[in-house]
Amino acid sequence: MAEQIVFYAFSGLLIIAALGVVVSRNPIYAVMSLVTCFVTSAAIWLLLEAEFLAMILVLVYVGAVMVLFVFVVMMQDIESATLSARFAANVWPGLIVGAISLAELLAVIWVRREGLPIAAVPKPHPADYSNTLELGQILYTQYVYAFELAAFLLLLAIVAAIVLTMRDRPGLKKQNISQQVGVRKEDRVRLVKMEPESDA
Amino acid sequence: MANQLQELLGRFLPEPFDWLALTVLQILLLTVCVILCVAYLTLAERKVIGYMQSRIGPNRVGPGGLLQPFADVIKLMLKEVIVPNRSNNFLFVIAPLLAIVPALATWAVIPLFPGFVIADINAGLLYVLALTSLGVYGVLLAGWATNSKYALLGAMRSAAQIVAYEIAMGFALVGVLMASGSLNLGDIIEAQSGGVSNWFAIWLFPLFIVYFISGVAETNRAPFDVAEGESEIVAGFHVEYSGIAFAIFFLAEYANIILIAALTSVMFCGGWESPFAGWAFLQGTVLAGIAAPGLAWFALKIAFFLFCFLWFRATFPRYRYDQIMRLGWKIFIPVTIVWIVVECGMLLLKIGPWSVVS
Repeated sequence: MAEQIVFYAFSGLLIIAALGVVVSRNPIYAVMSLVTCFVTSAAIWLLLEAEFLAMILVLVYVGAVMVLFVFVVMMQDIESATLSARFAANVWPGLIVGAISLAELLAVIWVRREGLPIAAVPKPHPADYSNTLELGQILYTQYVYAFELAAFLLLLAIVAAIVLTMRDRPGLKKQNISQQVGVRKEDRVRLVKMEPESDA
Repeated sequence: MANQLQELLGRFLPEPFDWLALTVLQILLLTVCVILCVAYLTLAERKVIGYMQSRIGPNRVGPGGLLQPFADVIKLMLKEVIVPNRSNNFLFVIAPLLAIVPALATWAVIPLFPGFVIADINAGLLYVLALTSLGVYGVLLAGWATNSKYALLGAMRSAAQIVAYEIAMGFALVGVLMASGSLNLGDIIEAQSGGVSNWFAIWLFPLFIVYFISGVAETNRAPFDVAEGESEIVAGFHVEYSGIAFAIFFLAEYANIILIAALTSVMFCGGWESPFAGWAFLQGTVLAGIAAPGLAWFALKIAFFLFCFLWFRATFPRYRYDQIMRLGWKIFIPVTIVWIVVECGMLLLKIGPWSVVS
């Protein structure tokens, strides 16, 4: 009963927020609606006992990825006219993707209604069951190569991004941090001892 | 105590509502306590820094200045909230709320004394990380919605700083969860039981230092307060906020400071455990009481870390912005990674108090 109330409340919020992403004219509102989408779907995942994934969703997507989105959107001044022109160009691919997603959703609902064995309702786990522990064990044993490969790809992407931004052009003035940190008092200040002078 | 209260509530209310009423009561109590702590932290800040600079600090309102925070709050509540003309009204008003909510909601998983925590969840540490990463939205939106250069610059600085230091903090906490073998904050405290020699602050000393300094940077406190930078960008992201809206930003900043102090003592200094817990010769003497765990120890540790925050502010000059970024990315993150590798070695060789866990 309580579970259903929570589920429907968050699902309703999720749908409204998702509509907000598409419909709102102000890009900041769209980004904030997407943030709301992530947070509400994290809440729904919590209902499915996927607490690790729910927290990671908030931590990674809301805490890091969407912050970068907000950064980018704030930095540029997007005209609504160009936005609507882009909308006309993207309407057909968007409709196709939307239709495929809808078909997938309907297929899931159909499978559940037919009562096929792949859609059996999982048993709820006891309170001391740790989702994180299970995930860790399976990631580091059964799927360890895939996991390492993904980690390596991400590292490659980080290195590539850094290398792309480290362009040196001639005449570029840079601070040499180790020189700045290693500076001593004697290099900067000269103390002069002098006799007191007087007019008298 | 909580169980007795629940029984009492159970007499008047049907099944799910007694639990709901109890939780709401606990949340209200904790929130009021945190807000009162914030009020007196502002007074303590002015007093401590005053004495460090050979001044007296506020001493006019109430005995010894003790009612000063209330005078400030009443003044701020009575002032007008001015919304700038070309600002985005909706986001301008909602931004302070986005700042305060994560700062207060994180307290739900922090165990205050043995057997008391509002939400005893398994993924407590992840919950803390997820919620503290939400606080940046209040700052960013406030800076953007104000429609002012200074506010936008302050918000950008502050957000870049928060994102950078969050990584170092996350890595430091990876070390903690490796040592304790659990994400539950209560279990992390239990893993450090047995006196000061078992605290993670000793065994994970570099991580402890990195975590605390990153905490100072993450809350935009001196010497990392370039986001505020009154000499260059006036007051940063909240430059156009007045009255109660400004007070809420202030409340969020100080609630975050107390939160960082509490988290540092939970993760690295044993939370409510006594530092003398394992000392057998204390048993049976008058001093046996100080070996017992309790809220007093937790409060004492939080107070110590809060004092450090004020001490830093009175001591260090402000960092330059590129130096802040260098410290976060090029020093703290490598230090944490190296120490995590060292910790792996310690775990394999069964050195340290946590060898029993794995």
